[in-house]
Amino acid sequence: MDLKYSDEERAFADEVRAFARAELDPAVRERVLNHKRLSKEDYLGWHRKLHAKGWVAPNWPVAHGGCGWNAVNRFIHEEVLAEEGAPPIVAFGINMIGPVLIAFGNDAQKRHYLPRILSGEDWWCQGFSEPGSGSDLASLRTKAVLDGDHWVVNGQKTWTTLAQHANLIFCLVRTDPTVKKQEGISMLLIDMNTPGVTVRPIITIDGEHEVNEVFFDDVRVPKENIVGEPGKGWTYAKFLLSHERSGIARVGAAKRELRRLKTIAAAEQVDGVPLIETKAFREKIAAVEIELMALEVSNLRMIAAEKSGQAPGAEANMLKIKGSEVQQSLTELMMEAVGPYALPFDPDALEPGWNGEPIGPDYAAPLAGTYFNYRKVSIYGGSNEIQRNILSKSLLGL
Amino acid sequence: MDFSLSETQRMLAETTDRLVRERYGFEDRKKIIAGPDGFSRPLWAQFAELGLTGLGIAEEHGGLGGTMGDLAVVAETFGRALVVEPFMPTLVLGAGTLGFAGSEAQKAELLPQVVAGELFLALAHGEPKSRYTLAHVETTATADSGDYLLTGAKAVVLGGDAADRFLVSARTSGTKSDADGISLFLVPRDAAGLAIRAYPNIDGTRAADLVLDRVRVPASARIGEIGQALPIVTQAVDRAIAYLCAEAVGAMQALNALTLDYLKTRTQFGVPIGSFQVLQHRMVDMEVALEQARSMAILACDRVDDPDARERSRAVSAAKVQIGRSGRLIGQSSVQMHGGIGITDEYAGGHYFKRLTLIDRTFGDADHHLSRFAAAA
Repeated sequence: MDLKYSDEERAFADEVRAFARAELDPAVRERVLNHKRLSKEDYLGWHRKLHAKGWVAPNWPVAHGGCGWNAVNRFIHEEVLAEEGAPPIVAFGINMIGPVLIAFGNDAQKRHYLPRILSGEDWWCQGFSEPGSGSDLASLRTKAVLDGDHWVVNGQKTWTTLAQHANLIFCLVRTDPTVKKQEGISMLLIDMNTPGVTVRPIITIDGEHEVNEVFFDDVRVPKENIVGEPGKGWTYAKFLLSHERSGIARVGAAKRELRRLKTIAAAEQVDGVPLIETKAFREKIAAVEIELMALEVSNLRMIAAEKSGQAPGAEANMLKIKGSEVQQSLTELMMEAVGPYALPFDPDALEPGWNGEPIGPDYAAPLAGTYFNYRKVSIYGGSNEIQRNILSKSLLGL
Repeated sequence: MDFSLSETQRMLAETTDRLVRERYGFEDRKKIIAGPDGFSRPLWAQFAELGLTGLGIAEEHGGLGGTMGDLAVVAETFGRALVVEPFMPTLVLGAGTLGFAGSEAQKAELLPQVVAGELFLALAHGEPKSRYTLAHVETTATADSGDYLLTGAKAVVLGGDAADRFLVSARTSGTKSDADGISLFLVPRDAAGLAIRAYPNIDGTRAADLVLDRVRVPASARIGEIGQALPIVTQAVDRAIAYLCAEAVGAMQALNALTLDYLKTRTQFGVPIGSFQVLQHRMVDMEVALEQARSMAILACDRVDDPDARERSRAVSAAKVQIGRSGRLIGQSSVQMHGGIGITDEYAGGHYFKRLTLIDRTFGDADHHLSRFAAAA
């Protein structure tokens, strides 16, 4: 047993770190580290730099323009970039529809879409959840009916993250209402600019616009925009959701946030003593740090197994549960750390380029909002209750 | 032993229930918050008509009298409706404090105006570096030819956006964490040298940060004895906490009701999600947390005017710990069981979650009061 990275892996981590420090726009880095709002261009600017370096698709085969890295290098790449304050790679193209098209798309789709995902020319969003279909995704009702050379799509998707930036959406639609619910679902690729597609913002309780509803009203989608075979959409969706799980625990981002928590707790004072030196708060930080240490080693165990050829199974569901809990604890402690300054609502202070006078310490403005917002991480991508259902079957045989 | 409401309290409950039912639906509230003041002045006038702005104020000053238990009835209803009007800052921290510590002249001048709904008050005590420590006051008051000159900064003054008068604490002697040497002064909103930065809080209530630069007030503006304001402020804050506990109980009750309704009506996998045992148990825990919180809110309101300061602060801190923990469990569980809808702006549930979270941050979180309780044991 050897818990250390090899020399090559350490050298690779150094290379990734040096790249981030040289190439990441300091203003964007500052916004990521301080939980400020990120613009579309903040994401895309970094995406293009990674693309120029050939590092934007660690999980894709070399033949399709990816890095073809093993699980360890993918993990290092993601973790180091997160720690350095890089914006996350927008997952919908690179981590979601890209791998699906590589596995199940036809040649025309691969030729057309894959280079555009790599270059950042297309921004995809995900059309899975519906108002009546959350945890029970297979009950989805958005339907597509073939009419000549087109699918005619009617229905509604929801929780569509960053649909306001997207020009394309991959959608699960019901193409056959007569068969078992999982078998009547297909996956369609839809241009967001098609007549009949409407995006409506959903504002969350932190005042932010991150998610949307997407309505389809007689939207005509070219027949060839189906992925693979009709009725196989559920299989592709499961593939998509299980693909590239090595980063699911967000260890790099959690380490970055732990550092930030410690910085804030060192700056805050209780009766002249830094908050981080008070017993109660210091032990709270220690408790989440220990959870994070366990999470990191568990994650490394999973990727080591993956590198040696074992497909990830129950580990990914466990990492999702614990990873979400760690992220939520960190945001909660940061909010607690600022005490009464968690109250003021100052959304302007999150805007890029804002240089007004902060209310209270300059790190306070995003903290309560981020705490509220991060309740989502134990809900999205399969709620923690669903993860436990899966584990009780797959791990325990119950 | 009798935990039932008095006749007066039953009437108060009916009056305020009807008021919020008719005037404070979730959509009404949205409009009120989006309005120019962030709260409703017409509604405040209605509070006055109904006598709510006379609660806890002595009859000789035009009020209805009444105990913290009476105010708690209003607090609970306002918690259920997420009322954002600065009722607690004006009635409890402002008028309440004047009632037990103000001079006869101060009471005679100001309290009838509060009763009439014409005056908003706010306690400006917390400072940028004080966190939850009440003895931490750096703002100074220097004697100057019979007057005082106040200089310093006050942070997150609840109701400070609307206040016509502030009760401002300042040091007349000692250094920043001394228990002695803090005095309390009435400062009008338009005082020269007073800068007010008003803002909304993330739960829809409002506050302000103040900067005082040689603000001149006469000696008659002082509340209580010179240098002896810490016990006054402590009692004022304890009473505000008792009010907040009752308000939180109202918010928890409403959020539990919303969540239970969702469990019964939301179907997934062909059945109501309330048929899943893991959610049933979680909902039961939320109900238990609510009842524990209710018990402690009752206790805090009962003890908050106890002449024994130690008895009072033990009960209040214990209640604040319970309220903080119950509110956290109920808020987080409610969001989790609702899924994404639980954190959308257009659904009421998330707004209760926000209010409960901010109540825990107001006048000391659960950690703060746990150590205060332990120290007083």
